[in-house]
Amino acid sequence: MIGLILRRFGFAAFTIGFVSLIMFAAVEALPGNVCTSFLQRFAQGPRLERCIEQQGLNRPAIERYADWVGGAVQGDFGYSLKKRKPINELIGERFANTALLGGLAALLAIPLAVFLGIAAGVRRDKPLDLSLSGAAMLAMTIPEFVTATALIYVFAIVLQWFPAVTIMRSGMGFMDMLPNIVLPVLVLSAVLIAHIMRMMRASVIDVMASDYVQMARLKGVPEREIIRRHVVPNAMIPALNVIALTVAWLLAGVVVVEKVFNYPGLGTLMIQAIYDRDLPLVQAIALIFSVIYVGVNLLADLAALMIDPRLRRKGH
Amino acid sequence: MLNLLATVVSRPSGAIGLTLTLAHVFMALLAPLIAPFDPTMQNADTILLAPSAEHWMGTDTLGRDIFSRVLHGGRLAIAVTFAAAVVATTWGSFAGIFFGTVGGRIDEFSMRIVDAFLSMPWLLFLLLIISIGGAGPATIIPTLGFFYGVAVLRVIRGAAMQVAARDFVTAAKARGEKLWPILSREMFPNLSDIILVEGAMRWSWMLLAFSSLSFLGFGATPPTPDWGLMVAQERGLLATAPWAVFWPCLALSSLIIGINLLADAIGKALGLDRASAMAV
Repeated sequence: MIGLILRRFGFAAFTIGFVSLIMFAAVEALPGNVCTSFLQRFAQGPRLERCIEQQGLNRPAIERYADWVGGAVQGDFGYSLKKRKPINELIGERFANTALLGGLAALLAIPLAVFLGIAAGVRRDKPLDLSLSGAAMLAMTIPEFVTATALIYVFAIVLQWFPAVTIMRSGMGFMDMLPNIVLPVLVLSAVLIAHIMRMMRASVIDVMASDYVQMARLKGVPEREIIRRHVVPNAMIPALNVIALTVAWLLAGVVVVEKVFNYPGLGTLMIQAIYDRDLPLVQAIALIFSVIYVGVNLLADLAALMIDPRLRRKGH
Repeated sequence: MLNLLATVVSRPSGAIGLTLTLAHVFMALLAPLIAPFDPTMQNADTILLAPSAEHWMGTDTLGRDIFSRVLHGGRLAIAVTFAAAVVATTWGSFAGIFFGTVGGRIDEFSMRIVDAFLSMPWLLFLLLIISIGGAGPATIIPTLGFFYGVAVLRVIRGAAMQVAARDFVTAAKARGEKLWPILSREMFPNLSDIILVEGAMRWSWMLLAFSSLSFLGFGATPPTPDWGLMVAQERGLLATAPWAVFWPCLALSSLIIGINLLADAIGKALGLDRASAMAV
């Protein structure tokens, strides 16, 4: 058991190492370097030299990679070219804002999606299932910025219930912030709910067709009890994986949604950094997102180990 | 082929999907012929006009005819994502069939790498690449093609493992057939259905990705008429001129939904169950 858990941790560490290497290598492999792409046509003379000096570009790539990773582990991501500040100073508050947005969306979406997925799966091909599945298909295929625009039109312009863009000051209380984040959270949750619900539904349908559910029916166990005792726990296991995978959506979606609502999070900071060609900042944010993503997947793996004793046997 | 088409169209979702997809493809192809105005022509006298007999969908902040821009707005997105979908499906299914057939150590090692690739948020990686290589099709097609190809690889490899375990493949191996004839004559014909559906599904997700990139300002560049870019540009005046945002949103969503429904219907017609299709 401990060996299994350690192996999961090992794979997560390997993945983060691999992802950071790819991110570093991508910047190295493409023509130019951090300084020339930032300075563009001003990349010459003392300005270029100063930038190269500051970013330490005159050292070998392996050394710089080791420094970058070593620093990142300790929470030091280097200097932003554009803002001329340590990157962790820029990230701090933004990170909290994004975590709030993503956390609320996940908190709203995951239980609701699991519940709806069970409801749809149990009533397969009935009107409830068909309408839920149809709505999920729409939520998955319509781009987030379209959904967001539609919600802004209805709730911010026609009904005027919530603001169309986020207005945030530092030190703002949670209750003052709430109206600002309702719409972004709704947009993010819609996609999450759709994906998780679909998986949960498919998984419930699979379990309902299994022998042990058949057996329980033949024994005369009431349908509610079957769903509670047999169907839900077993259907949760494959769904857990998908819940973790949809966090990829959440993280990518967060960038688009933050941009639509002008929300002061990591996503908007990253977009701005790309506009500014501020590569160290872009790399740092991409790395943070990847670590969160890998971490969530690790949690899902560990949770699956806890729920499903079969996974704990040798050979997995 | 005709049989397949008939089965696809016999479902309402398949019929709707096929109609939407074909309508959009024709619209994109014929846009220069049927558009009433030049989509990039600015006109100071026709700024933000509401829909009328002359401008069916109204005009935008620069006085351009929105109907003409919507007609042209899918051309770049469809071309870029179709090319990227072909890249992804080709390399992904080739590698997937290969690994699924040979199995063993090579397969196991490669799948670790594939898993690592699947466990990075690819949109962020795409943004990283764009911030170095610049926006535009030359960066976007290979990057989207590569990343979606990894997901295709995963799916096709799973399917290929099942085919590889069947008797006719064992027989071919026993006859002493070389690897390539086994891949091309035994494996591929039995996987082409899944590859087709997989490719179509990925195409619809790529459209979603590309339009999001355009919306963020890293896909199409002005003055190219592009749905995602149009929404980004006209969004500020949503309260006064909702038509300038509504039509590109509708066009984009209907195309993605159309391809998605079509891919789903083809899959069902071929007897493939993709209930848990993930857009990784």
